[in-house]
Amino acid sequence: MNVAILRFPGTNCEFDTQYAFEKLGHSTQIVWHNDKTLPQNIDLVVVPGGFSYGDYLRSGSIARFAPVMQEVGKFAANGGKVLGICNGFQILTEANLLPGALKRNTNLHFISKYQHLKVVSNDNAFLNKCQKDEVLHVPIAHADGNYYVDDENLAKMKENGQILLRYCDENGKEESINGSVEAIAGVCNETKNVFGLMPHPERAIELLLGSGDGVKMLKGFEG
Amino acid sequence: MKAIVNVYLKQGVLDPQGKAAHHALGSLGFNGVNDVRIGKQIVLDVDSSVTSDMIKEMCETLLANTVIEDYDFELKP
Repeated sequence: MNVAILRFPGTNCEFDTQYAFEKLGHSTQIVWHNDKTLPQNIDLVVVPGGFSYGDYLRSGSIARFAPVMQEVGKFAANGGKVLGICNGFQILTEANLLPGALKRNTNLHFISKYQHLKVVSNDNAFLNKCQKDEVLHVPIAHADGNYYVDDENLAKMKENGQILLRYCDENGKEESINGSVEAIAGVCNETKNVFGLMPHPERAIELLLGSGDGVKMLKGFEG
Repeated sequence: MKAIVNVYLKQGVLDPQGKAAHHALGSLGFNGVNDVRIGKQIVLDVDSSVTSDMIKEMCETLLANTVIEDYDFELKP
């Protein structure tokens, strides 16, 4: 695969993301936010984590207007696959490429730790190498991860298999660690080509560092 | 002219900061506070050519995320 990894002022997970995809044998390119085109023959665009534009106004609210995001919008509209991790998820919701919004965690703290996640839907281009109800162990690190979507849209998303992941304990019991509606940790769009999650699969690819569960998550994009 | 824009979470959307401040007020002995909502005020210094419609568009496009936030504004000479 050819993976384009976006970089905004304040992005800080672009090299972790690059390391992860290159370890899986893919070629990667880091793309600057001011670029007016995406590289040719891209199979996946990743919007990585960080604090784009200092999280000013709202997390992701400024980054969504960067020139490269216009191209990502077109890429997604043509069926291209896009993955937003953490701040990338916030940017994709602000850009209306994903439903809902991410608010401040209910405990008002920046939560940084390993977290268990339950796979809710695997019938998609992202989590197809994971089992339904499988419990994964992946780091989280965010202050604005409190996912909100109104009841009407939530019902549609559940019906359409757009809820990807929920926070849970080690036994798979769901728990909303940050206030997210129905403990949601990750979602996709209606056409299932744009994905967003708060946890960091790219930080869970070395057993030595605590977990290799990110491998089977990211490998899903290989098809 | 100044445009004073207020942005706050919609009613029905839990406001974690408001809730924490509400709890703290109670702990400090301030009784009778039913609810606290924390928003932000954005003050724009604008030319006289800027209309209410333009401010509305600025709010809808950037200043508020209408999925979770409401806004209001006033233009002051």
